[in-house]
Amino acid sequence: MSSLTVPGAEPLAGSTPGTDRGRPPLRRRIALIPTVTLLLGAIYCLLPVAWVVIAATKSGRELFSTFTFLPGTGFAGNVRDLNAYRDGVYWEWMGNSALYAGLGALLSTCVSAFSGYALATYRFRGREAIFNVLLAGVLMPPVILAVPQYLLLAKADLTDSYLSVLLPQILSPYGVYLARIYAAAAVPADVVEAGRMDGASEWRIFTRIALPMMIPGMVTVFLFQFVAIWNNFLLPYIMLSDDEKFPITLGLFTLLEQGANTPALYTLVITGAFLAVLPLVALFLVIQRFWSLDLLSGAVKS
Amino acid sequence: MPYAKRHRLVRSAVALVLGTTALAACGSESADSETEAGPASLTYWTWTPGMDKVVDLWNKGPGKKDRITITVKKQASGDTLVTKILTAHKAGKAPDLVQAEYQALPTLVSNDALADISENVGDAKGSFADGVWQQTTLGTDAVYAVPQDIGPLMFYYREDLFEEYGLKVPTTWDQFAEAARKLKKAAPDKDLTTFSANDSGLFAGLAQQAGAKWWTTSGDQWKVSIDDAATQKVAKFWGGLVEEGAIDNQPMYTPAWNKALNTGRQIAWVSAVWAPGTLTTAAPETKGKWAMAPLPQWDASENRTGSWGGSSTAVTTDSKHQGAAAKFAAWLNTDSEALNALAKESGIYPAAQNAQTSGAFLKPPAYFSNQADFYTKAADIAETTAPSAWGPNVNVAYTTFKDAFGAAAKNKSDFGAALKKMQDDTVADMKKQGFGVAR
Repeated sequence: MSSLTVPGAEPLAGSTPGTDRGRPPLRRRIALIPTVTLLLGAIYCLLPVAWVVIAATKSGRELFSTFTFLPGTGFAGNVRDLNAYRDGVYWEWMGNSALYAGLGALLSTCVSAFSGYALATYRFRGREAIFNVLLAGVLMPPVILAVPQYLLLAKADLTDSYLSVLLPQILSPYGVYLARIYAAAAVPADVVEAGRMDGASEWRIFTRIALPMMIPGMVTVFLFQFVAIWNNFLLPYIMLSDDEKFPITLGLFTLLEQGANTPALYTLVITGAFLAVLPLVALFLVIQRFWSLDLLSGAVKS
Repeated sequence: MPYAKRHRLVRSAVALVLGTTALAACGSESADSETEAGPASLTYWTWTPGMDKVVDLWNKGPGKKDRITITVKKQASGDTLVTKILTAHKAGKAPDLVQAEYQALPTLVSNDALADISENVGDAKGSFADGVWQQTTLGTDAVYAVPQDIGPLMFYYREDLFEEYGLKVPTTWDQFAEAARKLKKAAPDKDLTTFSANDSGLFAGLAQQAGAKWWTTSGDQWKVSIDDAATQKVAKFWGGLVEEGAIDNQPMYTPAWNKALNTGRQIAWVSAVWAPGTLTTAAPETKGKWAMAPLPQWDASENRTGSWGGSSTAVTTDSKHQGAAAKFAAWLNTDSEALNALAKESGIYPAAQNAQTSGAFLKPPAYFSNQADFYTKAADIAETTAPSAWGPNVNVAYTTFKDAFGAAAKNKSDFGAALKKMQDDTVADMKKQGFGVAR
């Protein structure tokens, strides 16, 4: 591990050419500690991922008998087994997860954008009260809401349906909170005012002027919500009983908990978990670039 | 114990738990409703792999004749499923049929989630050992489930390594301790086995063998005796072995444990009849080197075992077709065609006695091909299963076991104190839930 930290620290120390030439030793010492901390953090986070990647390549025989970080030879076999398991139900779970997370995050982002913009731009009675309730919602872990939500949806006869998993996740207090903060910072009141002066309707101002400015923030909301829904376990666990509607998290759990007399399907679960991470990684790589867009530049001269 | 009294006790427990809420009214209403005749479409929550194929046999055979169609909804096993069933039951939406482990039945019954199906499955009683059937009646004249599979405890050991180290297969727990010490002396890097604080079910089974009855009733009150003499004996025995370092103290079912079995670092395992399945994946390299023997006894004159695992098929009070559902439950667990399919597709060890030595169980499991009489022996052991006594909050007792014994095993400290904590926490939880508890 120590061999990793040294090369990591060096380019950072060298990345400040020309500045403060007089006292480089001090700067180097300051930069070293955060760098080492971050590197340790990165190793801490990435080690389990590396384990999953490597373990997914091991066949059942190799899994517990070979050295942990020695790649195995069974990846193709594992994927074949996963494909064959109950006629490819794994891919059904994957499709369900994509539907829940994709559609859910999209709807949730829309709701967040609407309400965040409204809370940031308009002044009306009870605005702060609404916002405070939302803040309380941010502090409330969604886990404790799952059972009440189930009882509520049971009254509407909606349990064990796609809607039962989608509906509760559309309103994300954190998303609304983020959207309000972002809209307040990114959409200057002057711009909205100018739009009104030019005779644009409120809807037009929102869709044509404010929304484009809010895009980087909304991408963040989308990503957060996508990951939250993709990883969510308890809500679908309580809502769904038909395993053809299960998302990937629940599906893998049923593979693991098969009862005492049946061995857990470790290789399938590990391979399944590895494949389930790939869409998230791909999504981050693709959407990442929207964050760097700076739509604000040139809108207002101050 | 008088049956009627016990029955009333369960009922009063139900009333206490649900109080005067609308839920109680809701639950009992559907329980009283007459079974609807005509075609029925039922849902069944189960974790057994391959159950859909067994159910197909029903849907194409007897089910088609009676116009009763079953749909399997596969679930994950464990305590979480009990919570899920109870949550669904609160909304009146529990499935018609559920798979439930024996120790979960009192919890489900005290929440009024399970229907009394004694009228429909009474004939099935003869197919099962008394000790097994008694678990589904909770000692009342009601029947809340039909037994499906059982997990009598046995002793598994590496035949080759026992020979190598000159160890005798222990028939008493004293001999077991001696074997552990002898092995430690001969090969300090090896362990006879481990005490796993993760597996509450195994500890409960060992206590059951020693004669413990953790939950009983007297009058209209529950009595919790987790901290009784029998269990203390078991806790002291294992705690002593851990403390002196004669056995390992690491949990089972971890990659490290798999490796220890696979490489012969642990050479024996106290487990249940389903162990061959676990060993197949945990220790694939040692196939054919293991053998099975009865569980060691506390007294050489005794012949008893406990159980670890096992489950039943129950009908819920939310079902609108309780009679039809019970009919299926009885077929699934007593019909020879169904039991054969269960053994073949799902690898379960049947609770029904006549199935234990027929069909798929004529041959030993592939992993134990060296022990031709594996299942004959297993059936004999199964018959010696001591009666069990489960209560309405086994989950709480199990959780406390994991915490208290986990810490005690890690620190190699007093198991007696851990047992006392298990007793106290279980009693405290029952009082909190509103059960009357005698001290």
